Amino acid sequence: MSFLELKNITKRYGPLTAVGDVSLSVEKGEFVSLLGPSGCGKTTTLQMIAGFVEPSAGTIRLDGRDITRAKANSRGLGIVFQSYALFPHMTVFDNVSFGLEMQRVPKGERKPRVEEALSLVHLSPYAKRYPRELSGGQRQRVALARALVIRPPVLLLDEPLSNLDAKLREAMQFELREIQRKVGTTTVMVTHDQAEAFSISDRVVVMEAGRITQIDQPYRIYEHPETEFISRFVGKTNLLPGKVATATGAGATVSLAGIAVPVEMPGLSVGETVTLCIRPEKLRLTQPSNGLLTGRVADRFFLGSQWLYHIDGPLGTVMVVTPNDGSAPADQGAPVGLEWTPSVVRVHRGAMAEAPDVALEVT
Amino acid sequence: MSATLPDSAPAAPAAPGEEAPERRVRSAPLFLSAPAALLFVALVLTPLFLTALLSFNQFDYATGRTGGFTLEHYLSVLTDEYYLEIFFRTFRISALATAICVVIGVPEAYILSRMGNPWRSVFLLVILAPLLVSVVVRAFGWSMLLGPEGPVNGALIALGIGRMKLLYTEGTVVVALVHVMLPFMVIPVWTSLQKLDPAVEQAALSFGASRGTAIVRVVAPQILPGILSGSLIVFGLSASAFAIPGLLGGRRLKMVATVVYDQYLSDLNWPMGAAVAVILLAANLIIMLTYHRVVEGHYRRRLG
Repeated sequence: MSFLELKNITKRYGPLTAVGDVSLSVEKGEFVSLLGPSGCGKTTTLQMIAGFVEPSAGTIRLDGRDITRAKANSRGLGIVFQSYALFPHMTVFDNVSFGLEMQRVPKGERKPRVEEALSLVHLSPYAKRYPRELSGGQRQRVALARALVIRPPVLLLDEPLSNLDAKLREAMQFELREIQRKVGTTTVMVTHDQAEAFSISDRVVVMEAGRITQIDQPYRIYEHPETEFISRFVGKTNLLPGKVATATGAGATVSLAGIAVPVEMPGLSVGETVTLCIRPEKLRLTQPSNGLLTGRVADRFFLGSQWLYHIDGPLGTVMVVTPNDGSAPADQGAPVGLEWTPSVVRVHRGAMAEAPDVALEVT
Repeated sequence: MSATLPDSAPAAPAAPGEEAPERRVRSAPLFLSAPAALLFVALVLTPLFLTALLSFNQFDYATGRTGGFTLEHYLSVLTDEYYLEIFFRTFRISALATAICVVIGVPEAYILSRMGNPWRSVFLLVILAPLLVSVVVRAFGWSMLLGPEGPVNGALIALGIGRMKLLYTEGTVVVALVHVMLPFMVIPVWTSLQKLDPAVEQAALSFGASRGTAIVRVVAPQILPGILSGSLIVFGLSASAFAIPGLLGGRRLKMVATVVYDQYLSDLNWPMGAAVAVILLAANLIIMLTYHRVVEGHYRRRLG
């Protein structure tokens, strides 16, 4: 029996279905992220868990108790809002203390608990400040302390890091995870940033157009995306359309613009239209004579720890990422070969959909 | 006003050649604000200054001539029970009207801010609609409604309570003032509610606060600046209101503005009228500034 359980949750606004038939089980102490582009229904799902939005259908269970219709102020969940939603007219101490006061915790017990929560987020010296006297990162920590101090069964994070600048965001990601591990609170986070979701979650739930498309560990979602949408949305990927040329028991060869490429996927039939999906970092640059494919360096970008190449070849432009190992990079316009091991190629059945903008999202 | 002179801009320590555009930029705000400033000087400050001057003139009842210098009018206003009572009544009525406007207007603005879109626009229009009708017309409306033969008294008689004197009482003046002033309370409160992050109230609920507690502890303190400016507007306008007390207070229930009118137009004692007007202005300023300081000083650090 899982700790937090959503069963066939649906939310309709008139004819529009914001969230359709979402089922999710979260174990005690787990850190789960809902990941998806804006408008995919992830925030609505979180709001239904929080009790701010009532589901049109389905049930939500917390520790065996049905809370589907329970009022938000009776659920006792800790929520960190995207805007932090701190009480601007109260000091940091009073902000954190508010939840304890509402739970009628005796005054003597409140002070040590607030102090403990503030030291957890390294804000003890700021207890007497007002929110507007704090930086963005500090406000974020106050919001976190305020949500954790009531010792909630579930911590809900709504895009908690999206208002921070890139460097702070990265630091806060790790700190958030560290705090969550220390406290052991079951956590559900909503985010549109896949790097954020991947780096700190135990499991990631990918949502698309109001539905869950894949629930898995971050590594597995990256390596084995179940749909073409996920492979595009999660990280960068090369999508190559082709047709199955030969098929044996365990594998097949796929013809890409006349070039035969071996893949490891059982059950394909000859003549079937497929889309191959290869991550840029799984491709290696070699001498033109050794490559499975050949092409010419159209563009190259230095990313610090990596080089990103755009290679023009018979299949159009292919992205390749190589680690910056200190050796000289391939020159612009130079002919190169591409090679890879067959096991890194993912095969999606069917033709390629229209390329969405998300494929270009820099990660 | 020296502020309208371009020369008062601080000299720009810019490199030669850059000086001209720099100077133009600096003096631009002064030029742009000059028309409004001139209008303000001509239409507000000049009459106010002349009124203040007039209030120190002597008045000769026999000839009606004014001139010279005296503090007699101020002395007689500040020592005469008759005038003092009128001042106290004015501020009592204004304070009461302000308090009632807060009690009605703040929840009204809150409900308005929570409405869905077609209804919000409709009700905002309903709240603003009274401003489109002249105060005089609205005052006559109240006098018809509350008069001895009006529908309210008709209903009281039909219910067996009997005829009541409603017109020309303080209560009627307060009710009519609230009616006129309510939009001036609703609009600033509504504006500050618009600026409120809706998630803040949700946050309070998520920590177990009841809706009422969330409003009192979290929403109300944040819209305090709106309530503050609303009450300053309502109090100021009520204390200097003329048409409502003039038409609904009758000849006996006088307020300061009606006394000024009487002094100018019945007694023809312009210096006395001027003195009463200046005292009203000063008293109003003192009350409002004190109120502002007490309430806002309390919240300045928190809300910025």
